[in-house]
Amino acid sequence: MEKLINEFSIGLFFWQLVLFIGLVLLLRKFAWKPILDAVEKRESGIEDALKSAENAKLEMQNLQADNQKLLKEARAEREEMLKEARDMKNKMIEDAKAEASETATKLIEQAQASIQSEKKAAIADLKSQVANLSVEIAEKVVRTELSNKDKQLQLVETMLGEKSLN
Amino acid sequence: MHNVMSLKTICLLFVFVTSLSFSQESMHLEEIAPEVEGKQDVKTEIKEYINHHLLDSYDFSLTSYTTDSGEHKYIGFPLPVILWDNGLKVFSSSKFHHGESVAEVDGNHYALHHNKIYKTDAAGTITLDEHHHATNKKPLDFSITKNVFTIFLVGLLMFFMFSGMAKKYKKGNMPKGIGRFLEPIILYIRDDIALPNIGKKHYKRYMPYLLTVFFFVWIINLLGLTPLGVNVTNNIAVTLALALITYVLTTFTANKNYWGHIFWMPGVPVPMKIILAPIELLGTIIKPFSLMIRLYANITAGHIVLMSIIGLMFIFKNWLGSSLSFGLAFALSLLELLVAALQAYIFTMLSALYFGSAVEEHHDDH
Repeated sequence: MEKLINEFSIGLFFWQLVLFIGLVLLLRKFAWKPILDAVEKRESGIEDALKSAENAKLEMQNLQADNQKLLKEARAEREEMLKEARDMKNKMIEDAKAEASETATKLIEQAQASIQSEKKAAIADLKSQVANLSVEIAEKVVRTELSNKDKQLQLVETMLGEKSLN
Repeated sequence: MHNVMSLKTICLLFVFVTSLSFSQESMHLEEIAPEVEGKQDVKTEIKEYINHHLLDSYDFSLTSYTTDSGEHKYIGFPLPVILWDNGLKVFSSSKFHHGESVAEVDGNHYALHHNKIYKTDAAGTITLDEHHHATNKKPLDFSITKNVFTIFLVGLLMFFMFSGMAKKYKKGNMPKGIGRFLEPIILYIRDDIALPNIGKKHYKRYMPYLLTVFFFVWIINLLGLTPLGVNVTNNIAVTLALALITYVLTTFTANKNYWGHIFWMPGVPVPMKIILAPIELLGTIIKPFSLMIRLYANITAGHIVLMSIIGLMFIFKNWLGSSLSFGLAFALSLLELLVAALQAYIFTMLSALYFGSAVEEHHDDH
């Protein structure tokens, strides 16, 4: 210990202190600060690059998912449209069918009605003609027959008998 | 992969340089070996050499040798001596002639005794007391010694190295050149030392200090293993200065919670609080004190052991023992390389830990 104290040099201590403090201050300004800043800048740059790459990847994935979604939607829409068209077609056919059958029944009904009325008219015509004919016949018959009395009576009787048959 | 490669290259480089250092030191020892007679003298010589190596010096000498005429020659250059003795005195350390002569400045005389400057008379008389301590007056010494010169050199090197590295980032975001090797270390200190110990909120404030202290201690520890023969971190003055900065930073950036834990420990009965307060207060000083001692002792011990084993080569003086101790020294120097980085890591780690406790937010769970 005594040797240590004996060997201790104040001059060396002084110079070491002065030099070292000066060295720390100088190096801080001219070396450590620029070096550490540059290193930090580089590290943050790398980190940013990695982050942006990750972001780009995510965006890419999102984009792909979007595309997929759009495609799906388009497909669904097409399907929908096709379905609608099919439905419309079916409906139209149905409607047309219904309308056609309706018209047909109407026409048939009309035809039936007109047939009925024609028939009625024809029957009425026939009846009147038959009546006229029968009157004319009766007239002729009466003219010929009614020349004698007996025949007149006989005629009346047959005619009556016929009438009841009708 | 690239970083691993450059790390390997640098490790290899240091191994190479370290082995060079042995050869230089060995040369020096061999030069002086013939001077002394007998093994005992070689031992004292080695011991003195180690002691001398561990001490600071007033000139930057790489090695020395003795000429045939018995004259000591030193390879290196002198450094300025700065003294405060009733006014500033600045002169070259060459005036001491490596402690062999008395330097005379403005009518004052100074002499070296055990690597310390004392004020003497013109003849350079050093008076000793009964404990063999010099009683001469010691002037305030702010000399640029070998260690001071080295720390300035390291400071300059670090400044150019890291500001150059910072400039490269302006051109592009990637590290270039030496930055490829240094950036992972900087990131390691940030992510594995500062962030987990201090926390995300405050760590930025302490980063300049942690980075500077790590690289400073590491580089200076490694320099201690080179043939330059400098050992800065085995001076307690250097480690004290570093530990003091850690202590001051911890103390002056501490929040209320930190002081609360020291003076009025929550969650313990009142008498315990009174007992704990001085212990905790002492703890704040012991923590940086342990930092100081740990770094100093580890590096000093490493140097002493390494140099002793190198010295063994000259005591054995036979092919078996010397080569064995060379192998041992080689393995040990590899260990010292690890210790150099490890001590820098531990110093930084513990500093971060202390800063972390100073800025820790209040928790209700205790």
